[in-house]
Amino acid sequence: MREAPGASYSLIINSMNKTILVAGGGISGLTAAVEAAEAGFDVLLIEKKPYLGGKVAQVNLYFPKLCSPACGLEIIFRRLAANSRFRFLTSAEVISVADREGSFEVTVEVKPTFVNENCTGCGRCAEVCPAARANGFNYGLDQTRAAYLPHKLAHPFRYVIDGKACWGSSCARCADACPYGAIELGMQGKTFIIKAGSVIWAAGWDLYDTARLGNYGGGRYPNVITNMMVERMASPGGPTGGKILRPSDGREPGSVAFVQCAGSRDERHLGVCSGVCCLVSLKQAAYIRERCPGARIAVFYIDLRARGFYEDFYVKVRDGAGIELIKGKPGEITEDPSTGNLVVLAENQPGAQILEEEFELVVLAAGMAPATPCTGIHVQDGDGFVSPVLSPGFYAAGCAVRPMEVAPAVRSGAAAALRAVQWVRRRGHGC
Amino acid sequence: MAAKTGVYLCSGCGIGEAVDIAGLRRVAEKDRRVALVRESNFFCGRDAGWIQRDVGDGAVNRVVVAACSPRFYGAVFDCSPDIPVVRVNLREQVAWCHEPGCEDTLMLAQDALRMGLARAAGAGVTQPFLLADPSKTILVAGGGLAGMTAALEAARAAFRVILVERQEFLGGWLRNVYRCAPVGPPYTELAENPVPLLSREVADHPGIEVCCGASIERTAGGPGMFDVTIRQGERLRQERVGAIIVAAGARPYDPAKLTRLKNLGYGTNPDIVTSPCFETLALEGGGRVARPSDGREVRRVAFIQCAGSRDPNHLPYCSAVCCGETLKQALYLLEAAPDSIVFIYYRDLRVHGREEHFYRRVQEAGAIFIRSEVLNVAVRGGSLSVEADDIFLGCRSRTEGLDLVVLATGMVSGSGGGGLAEGVLNLDYRQGPELPALKYGFPDSHFICFPYETRRTGIYAAGCLREPMDLAATLDDAAGAALKAIQCVEMTARGQAVHPRALDQTYPEFNLSRCTQCKRCTEECPFGAINEDARSNPLPQITRCRRCGTCLGACPERIVSFKDYSVSLISSMIKAVEVPEEDGAKLRVLIFACENDAYPALDLAGAGRMRYNPWVRIIPLRCLGSLNPVWIADALARGIDGVLLLGCRQGEDYQCHFINGSELARTRIMNISETLDRMGLEAGRIRVIEVGIMDYARIPDILDGFVKDLAVLGPNPLKGF
Repeated sequence: MREAPGASYSLIINSMNKTILVAGGGISGLTAAVEAAEAGFDVLLIEKKPYLGGKVAQVNLYFPKLCSPACGLEIIFRRLAANSRFRFLTSAEVISVADREGSFEVTVEVKPTFVNENCTGCGRCAEVCPAARANGFNYGLDQTRAAYLPHKLAHPFRYVIDGKACWGSSCARCADACPYGAIELGMQGKTFIIKAGSVIWAAGWDLYDTARLGNYGGGRYPNVITNMMVERMASPGGPTGGKILRPSDGREPGSVAFVQCAGSRDERHLGVCSGVCCLVSLKQAAYIRERCPGARIAVFYIDLRARGFYEDFYVKVRDGAGIELIKGKPGEITEDPSTGNLVVLAENQPGAQILEEEFELVVLAAGMAPATPCTGIHVQDGDGFVSPVLSPGFYAAGCAVRPMEVAPAVRSGAAAALRAVQWVRRRGHGC
Repeated sequence: MAAKTGVYLCSGCGIGEAVDIAGLRRVAEKDRRVALVRESNFFCGRDAGWIQRDVGDGAVNRVVVAACSPRFYGAVFDCSPDIPVVRVNLREQVAWCHEPGCEDTLMLAQDALRMGLARAAGAGVTQPFLLADPSKTILVAGGGLAGMTAALEAARAAFRVILVERQEFLGGWLRNVYRCAPVGPPYTELAENPVPLLSREVADHPGIEVCCGASIERTAGGPGMFDVTIRQGERLRQERVGAIIVAAGARPYDPAKLTRLKNLGYGTNPDIVTSPCFETLALEGGGRVARPSDGREVRRVAFIQCAGSRDPNHLPYCSAVCCGETLKQALYLLEAAPDSIVFIYYRDLRVHGREEHFYRRVQEAGAIFIRSEVLNVAVRGGSLSVEADDIFLGCRSRTEGLDLVVLATGMVSGSGGGGLAEGVLNLDYRQGPELPALKYGFPDSHFICFPYETRRTGIYAAGCLREPMDLAATLDDAAGAALKAIQCVEMTARGQAVHPRALDQTYPEFNLSRCTQCKRCTEECPFGAINEDARSNPLPQITRCRRCGTCLGACPERIVSFKDYSVSLISSMIKAVEVPEEDGAKLRVLIFACENDAYPALDLAGAGRMRYNPWVRIIPLRCLGSLNPVWIADALARGIDGVLLLGCRQGEDYQCHFINGSELARTRIMNISETLDRMGLEAGRIRVIEVGIMDYARIPDILDGFVKDLAVLGPNPLKGF
């Protein structure tokens, strides 16, 4: 049986009814896993992407401290690496969870990465790979080779091959270059049924698809981008080396508009408020203020929701020069095709005056849509979020439960870990 | 046992092309403690078994793996707990960032190996610190929603719980609450108060011992062995517990202070009340609210948000829950008397997530929302009115004939005064009796990724004690805190450290016969792990220790040592660096790098194949706070030209997971300037720089810049002495 990166199948197949299976390796899933493992329980984490860390791995800096998520991830990865109770599978997806009287059978589909666990991360494959692919980690803002390291801090530190972009065995330059026999261009996907004592669903969220926001030209106008794209551009390891640039011409924008609630608090799109986008835009306004001095920055909003101590962050950004906060939701954005500039039509609430202003870049502050649940999860509410207790032994954590920022997602992960521990422990004690 | 070091030289991932493996073998073989040297290009895979076999055969009792960064393949190279394994980073920090085959690169690789050999030779084996009879009982201080939830959650995981509540009844703040905001789909209907059910469940749980009307007089000891004195009336009792959850809650903002806000009119008319007061009126009236002045049921009510909140003269912050609370109060008022008229004056309506549905529901129920930054409550002849700048209408608006004005007030921490939750734990700690508070007096964790990263090991805050939070967040937080408490008692019982050095079994040992009672270690320990006796001798409490090594760095007598991390061990690594004596054209720079941020940043610079000066020699530290200044003196005395300290960001938004490592290092550097003077050396030979992981792209500039500045100073005059 072939071994996939990160874990040994034989160990997984032998996982006993006490194993806690965590679906999702973002911040809430990782937290649930590390906390349960340190409490002394066996944990198996399944992650769809070829790396752990989820969305936070794509984030440049956290608000309000403006510190890098890499620091916390580094500690989590170190804690996990030191813990023999923790195992994981990347490029693997939980397809269904079946409740068998309080223990679980979890169907996991492992996608072929064409690189086995011999990979040491030396990078020879990428050096010789002739094929290119759009880099999904950077929302298509740049390209990688078909053989690529998912990102600079990828954990596991292993290359993978994009099967769609790869030229296949007719090329095989990577296989010839690899000193470790790590390339397997014939690798097949596999499906496993794994037993678990408890399951934690931590599949997180997807950025709301802004192409559905026709009135804003999402997905249509190149200079209308999403907040997550700004995160990637702002990152020193990102597609622009930390610069905020217009996709149409690679120029630094002289003016930027942030459109809050792009698809959020709107029953035709996301009925709920994600609770984070206001703070994200404030943070990104600060990025732009630092990187593009002199640029005009405007934030169009309905309510500025900087709850709790985040108020301090809001005040700090607001009181720094050069950011206009405009109460009013834009109704429409149109593009001037000759310049790629965008005209934002909005009502400025104080005085109900209609604004029509031109910007060189528009950032849609898109919200969090819950990840699609696997078979066996009954969606609990009209918005697609699931209940933290799905059934006895089956729990959910993080943004799959409700939209939240990082600290509550971590608390939610720890809470789900506790519930799983309770369940496994009680069953172990026969009560 | 004599050292028999096995050296495993990896030539994979470009190391073989960059450095001279045969030369490294000669370096290793010159060391008389080296028993064998093996070479492979694939120790992490195909040849991983060699190390285990050599150890199993007894051929080696310490292992040096000269390969990739220690951040990778730890589990592959780890042997049994009694075999020290030292990693020499030839991949990220040599082969990938320096010119292959160049003399400087070869010298760097050799020095790295020598330092690794020294480290292996000096490393001892740690026996975990085990308590004779560790307690796994969990103490919960506070019987409100957070405390009851934490207690119940811990008990459901089969841990014994003692819950201490000051009041005579469980329930805390929620006891005065009539209805709660929605807690489940469709998030549009009011919820029953969870307290009656929850408190019954807590009281009935056989694993929970509830002590109401009780307080904690004193908490001594540490995780696994906290000795807690509980006072219940006249009765005092002692309990030994393993971990503590503090859920002492928050308090409403003192309404007396609102009288300073003249525009709100509080105190001028009995029918201007605070939101907690309104809740009590609703509770008493079963949803119908009688106004205080004449007992008439209210029909026309104005709610005013942010009363004393988001105001630099009162509470600068937002209390997160007041908007939701007002929506709830408006709704039950409208439900009890649908012909009521409710006005809600707000600045930003701050509800979150699915509360949006509730917000819509309250709008549909007929509440009138008026957005206004500036308003004035007026009392004219017994009638109340609110005048405001209405932002929607763009003009001044006035609502008259109000029966009641409700001021939505925020939350403050603890029992007032400076410290938060004063008198809750009464810790017998050298560094104060309660959890240290952050901004605004709440003892929240400073960390976004680690909200349970407490500054008092084994003591976890939960609920509104930590920060203002709503019901759903409180339930999660309390359950999470229960898990951390469980983890703490389990790990302490196994003799392991908790986060961030989770599972670490090493711990500091104090050679007290050489102690001079200078108190630096007891003052500087960021976690209050070291008490003092009457004669100022340190009394280390190992189960409170987080293994950062700050005490080791603080001690001028060098009496604090870990088995694998000590002043002499690091000194021996410094001495292993070969300093060229001739003409000083090749400078030598020693870098002390924080393991969590700076070291990975150096790795990432390598992974990005960035080039930087090859004259640097890198020693990772647990934390810059563990830097003992004697190492700097050692380095300079040996002729090393400069010392660079790379640590995390300090200040208000500090990054150090041991609180203030960089800051301590800076202070210690300042304190040795006199020593430098005496040695005839310039202060510029030492520099502290803040580096986060994602600053890796700055690494070449930082290192090259420092070397350039040293070149201006010229070679260390002590070279060759």
